[in-house]
Amino acid sequence: MPNLEQIRDTYNAARDRIDKRIIVCAGTGCIANGSLKVFEAIKNAVVLSGLEVVVTLKAHEDEDAHHDVYMVGSGCQGFCQVGPLVTIEPAGILYGHVKPEDAEEIVAKSIVKDEIIERLLYHDPVTGTGYKGQAEIPFYTKQQRTGLKDCGRVDPLNISEYIAHGGYFAARDAFTKYNSVDLCKLFQDSGLRGRGGGGFPTGLKWEFARREENEKKYIVCNGDEGDPGAFMDRSILEGNPHNVIEGMMIAARAIGADEGYVYVRMEYPLACNRIREAIAKAEEMGILGDNIFGSGQSFRIQVMEGAGAFVCGEETALLASIEGNRGMPNPKPPFPAQKGLFGKPTIINNVETLALVPVVMQKGPEEYRKIGTPKSPGTKTFALTGHVANTGLIEVPFGTTLREVVFEIGGGVLDKDGKINNDAFKAVQIGGPSGGCLTREHLDLPIDFDSLGAAGAMVGSGGMVVMNDSTCMVETARYFMTFTQNESCGKCVPCREGTRQMLEILEDITQGNATEESLVILQDAAETIKLASLCGLGKTAPNPVLSTMRYFRDEYEAHVNAKFCPTKACKALTPISIDPDLCRGCTLCVRVCPVGAITGELKKPHVIDPMICIKCGACIAACKFKAIS
Amino acid sequence: MSAEYAAAQSFNKVIEIVDRYDRSESKIIPILQAVQEEYRYLPQEVMTFIATSLGISPARLYGVATFYSHFSLEPKGKHIVKMCDGTACHVRGSTAVIDAIREKLNLTAKKITTDDMMFTFETVSCLGACGLAPVLVVDDEVHGMTTAEKAIQLIEEIVEKEKENA
Repeated sequence: MPNLEQIRDTYNAARDRIDKRIIVCAGTGCIANGSLKVFEAIKNAVVLSGLEVVVTLKAHEDEDAHHDVYMVGSGCQGFCQVGPLVTIEPAGILYGHVKPEDAEEIVAKSIVKDEIIERLLYHDPVTGTGYKGQAEIPFYTKQQRTGLKDCGRVDPLNISEYIAHGGYFAARDAFTKYNSVDLCKLFQDSGLRGRGGGGFPTGLKWEFARREENEKKYIVCNGDEGDPGAFMDRSILEGNPHNVIEGMMIAARAIGADEGYVYVRMEYPLACNRIREAIAKAEEMGILGDNIFGSGQSFRIQVMEGAGAFVCGEETALLASIEGNRGMPNPKPPFPAQKGLFGKPTIINNVETLALVPVVMQKGPEEYRKIGTPKSPGTKTFALTGHVANTGLIEVPFGTTLREVVFEIGGGVLDKDGKINNDAFKAVQIGGPSGGCLTREHLDLPIDFDSLGAAGAMVGSGGMVVMNDSTCMVETARYFMTFTQNESCGKCVPCREGTRQMLEILEDITQGNATEESLVILQDAAETIKLASLCGLGKTAPNPVLSTMRYFRDEYEAHVNAKFCPTKACKALTPISIDPDLCRGCTLCVRVCPVGAITGELKKPHVIDPMICIKCGACIAACKFKAIS
Repeated sequence: MSAEYAAAQSFNKVIEIVDRYDRSESKIIPILQAVQEEYRYLPQEVMTFIATSLGISPARLYGVATFYSHFSLEPKGKHIVKMCDGTACHVRGSTAVIDAIREKLNLTAKKITTDDMMFTFETVSCLGACGLAPVLVVDDEVHGMTTAEKAIQLIEEIVEKEKENA
């Protein structure tokens, strides 16, 4: 049995013998910005400066071993916008947009000496104020990180470091101090609700599976994060995979399961590898396997990669996929808690929920309930993206308002020229293709499961896409419908045929072929699909349309009645015109226009007759002076 | 080397894969993933071979292979270019990049592989790198904040490299 205290203490002692620690973000976002090259460059620069560097800190090293610098490639630090991110501890300096060329200067100034390199700090885009590190940057200070606490701080693959930060102690308590009844009760008392979208009470779900008498039960971690615009599950799996494993262990104890699956999208190769490696390390250390912490209970975890089907995020479809079938959902009941994977009682929890499970145990249910709102305790991570100054992964307590998220943490809205201009705010799309829009009137609404539901949106998986006033809401609704129509598995008629009809109507609207009646049919179809579909995908597919119709009815009407797109996003509804200042009168456009809509004299600005123009775009492509738009 | 010998050689790899998963029907998806990794697509004769070795009908196997978007029954190009069209990328202008790449490679939404089998261009719904939208993936390398010009440049670099190697 692993002695957690001993691992923690020897690791901490080894860490205390280190002078400086350099954390380079190695999440998908920062890697895309070149963070691995930055890591190598800094490492080489440290060596060149004559200091000694270590990249894997082992807990069981010699007691007199001393290292000058410990370098860590961490998981996502959240502030993807300014990546690659480099943090230097213990000084707590955070550098952004670091390039390999900066490595020497960083080592010479911030490692050898304790100087700060002003130009690499994060500067507020409006005031220009430079901030030293996470402790000062508004993007971080307005957040409350519990589930993401260690994500981006620890080496994701160093199990000793995870233990040194208090990891696996909660799992040990679960296996040695609690029985399954008490554990289910503890989680019901904590009020923890599923973070994958539904918001179902986690403890209650476990209780249903616990009551089933069956010698085989499963825990499944749902990492099939398909909602476009959400990436918290990826970040957690990449940044702190042991956290998810520990959550699964506690869940396994609560219901009496001995086998677990982690189902990850294949689009997340790094997450797949990290969770696989973490499982191997935990098995090696004897944390996973037989007779866990002397309890007599075994628990093993397998990783399954998805194969690119959004519907597999729905729990019954996900189980079908693990069983090797087409990922199609099945009617509930029976619920998976009664009859799930291979017909056995199965609990499916989302990655973020499982990552919060050890947190709840560490804090205790009473303390945990103090965070957030009475009906939605705790924190929620959101992927903040779109037209906002600071994009990235954030974690805030439930009850935080949209205004705080967008304008304070997000740093404001970007207008169509990419400048911060809060008047350009139009809407926040939340909950992806199952969610809806929140508008200016919701800015002061405290965000929780119930308030968003009432506003016609949903917390969903937590993708928050900010949209400015150049975004056409009809086009956005069409975009989401294309997505759900494409991902509909085809099993039930309302979803398969209904989403197709809705998409065709939306295309008519954006092409200028719709009538007043189209809107009536659209609304009617949306409500029918919502009621009649088999699974969550179909039941929520109409939400983006219903929500935009509710809050942006005038935009739909402009498209339908005036055949005009107010944001000029729908090409077919935007009149093409020639800028007289740029036009040189070369007559090229006149020659390519198939309908003869363009007239003008040689070497004088030409004009397009909108009544004849069919908006084919041939003139735009032909114009050498970019005068036509 | 006879044609039969070559075929048997190539099936050796498939046998190794199905054996690795104990020829278990519930492991169809990992098996197909491993086979596709090997061949870059799922050739018809290999599909029939897998179905026989798992003791299931080819229809059952094709049912799974056609359901998931990751599986391809058509050969793919040497270089795979993927453009993310998730919400964050979409609102930050992925459409313009998609149009530019399709024009450059002479492809459409239906025709995704170039005639010389050099490029396959796909759109994907979300790569989870939304903080860097819009995102382009060229041969598993992620490029953030892509513009049409940057995308075309990346493709031209590959074309140049291929010419040098040819």
